[in-house]
Amino acid sequence: MESRFRLLFLAMPVMAFGLSGCAATKNLFGSGEKEAPPPTEIPEGRVIEMEVERRDIKEPDIDSEDFEFGAFVGVMSIEDFGSDVVYGVRFAYHVTEGFFVEGSAGQTEGGLTSFEILSGGAPLLSDSERQLTYYNLNVGYNILPGEGFVGAGRAYNTALYVIAGLGSTRFAGDDRFTVNFGAGYRFLLTDSIALHIDFRDHLFDIDLLGEEKTVHNLEGSLGVTLFF
Amino acid sequence: MSERNTTTIRSTPRLTRFLKSALLLLLLTQSANTALAQADDEYRTVAVAEPYLELHTGPGVGYPIFHVIDRGETVEIIKRRTDWFQVRGPDGTEGWVDRAQMERTLQPSGSHIEFAEANQQDFTDAKWELGLLAGDFGGANVISLYGGYSLNPNVSIEVWGSQILGNFSNGWMGSVNVVHETWPEWRISPFFTLGAGVIHTEPKSTIVQGEDRTDQIAHAGAGVRVYVTRRFVLRAEFKSYVVFTSRDDNEEVEEWKVGFAFFF
Repeated sequence: MESRFRLLFLAMPVMAFGLSGCAATKNLFGSGEKEAPPPTEIPEGRVIEMEVERRDIKEPDIDSEDFEFGAFVGVMSIEDFGSDVVYGVRFAYHVTEGFFVEGSAGQTEGGLTSFEILSGGAPLLSDSERQLTYYNLNVGYNILPGEGFVGAGRAYNTALYVIAGLGSTRFAGDDRFTVNFGAGYRFLLTDSIALHIDFRDHLFDIDLLGEEKTVHNLEGSLGVTLFF
Repeated sequence: MSERNTTTIRSTPRLTRFLKSALLLLLLTQSANTALAQADDEYRTVAVAEPYLELHTGPGVGYPIFHVIDRGETVEIIKRRTDWFQVRGPDGTEGWVDRAQMERTLQPSGSHIEFAEANQQDFTDAKWELGLLAGDFGGANVISLYGGYSLNPNVSIEVWGSQILGNFSNGWMGSVNVVHETWPEWRISPFFTLGAGVIHTEPKSTIVQGEDRTDQIAHAGAGVRVYVTRRFVLRAEFKSYVVFTSRDDNEEVEEWKVGFAFFF
């Protein structure tokens, strides 16, 4: 009886050692039984992807406002023929934040020259010939972009810009090659509506009063434009 | 996580967009309320992936930065002007962000946006072109507007309208040209052109004699197109015209012009 117990007690450590030895050896050679993964697990990343609503931005969805269109009214002086109201339309395409190209068309009317008034003779031009219409195509640059402050709480984006270009003026029965240049001030009431103050000089050659000369025709105008 | 992919989005032709805008304006007048409701929906949302996004007060480098939006926050893109984007932050602050920063934001899908800019490849491949040139036409000033359509990268067809403003006569000219570009992939791309059309001349009113004339013309020429930036092209050309007059002799006129063009 006693010997049986002794055997049992001897056998227990031997078995324990044997088992643990076996386990150690198995682990050592990497052939140990792996822990089973939870059966419900989904490959990493899958869950997140399923929940994301794919809504990529397409550029056409973003409203692009590089074009500007508007009208202006002001006063234009025609050399020798007095000053009158001028009105017209203007279209611009903003290429970069600095450069833009612009097209303008306007109309005004010439009055009587001093000579016609003093001599009292036959008028130099017919009424239709006194109509002045012009178009020009310009390149512009915003030289001083900035902000204008109204009171303490309001700031408006502004820009001082210069333009130069060429075009044609129909006056006194002929189309005349015209160079024009000037400067303007753009005041953005909102991000899409702008007020303009413009001063421009239109130069062309005219030989109506004897010899050919280059005339300066100054124009000052106020305008409203919309960006779209 | 998996690597981020980049989506490149091509810009739509501006002409098409212009027509769409005009159409939209018409529709707006009829259904202002619905259109406004939809416009709210159309704002696009991106997440800030850089440490912060800088909001300028205006669409230009000089405008001061008045607000920053932190990483992880989202912004709505309201509109674009040249290379600037107007965005609205989570607290309703609106400001302008430049393109370089916008391209580092993330779309809801986790991918970066790339706002495609016209580049030199588009210069070679673009279908439509609109340009403006001025110069000298046999001693008179000439202003020209043209529209072109590319049949393939090498060959395009152009329609020209010109106003001629001289000392003794004025006039206009219309012509159709075939243009061949030998090396369209070059930044400075030479071309050759052939065309035909009509020229109308009227003597100036201060010259008593002379009458209006309309004659046929044919011309050959050569020139160069230079890609500058974005959609912008410089162009210079020389054309030699033959005017088929009703008199015994045909007139020959030489024309030089320089100008710029946009492609779409």
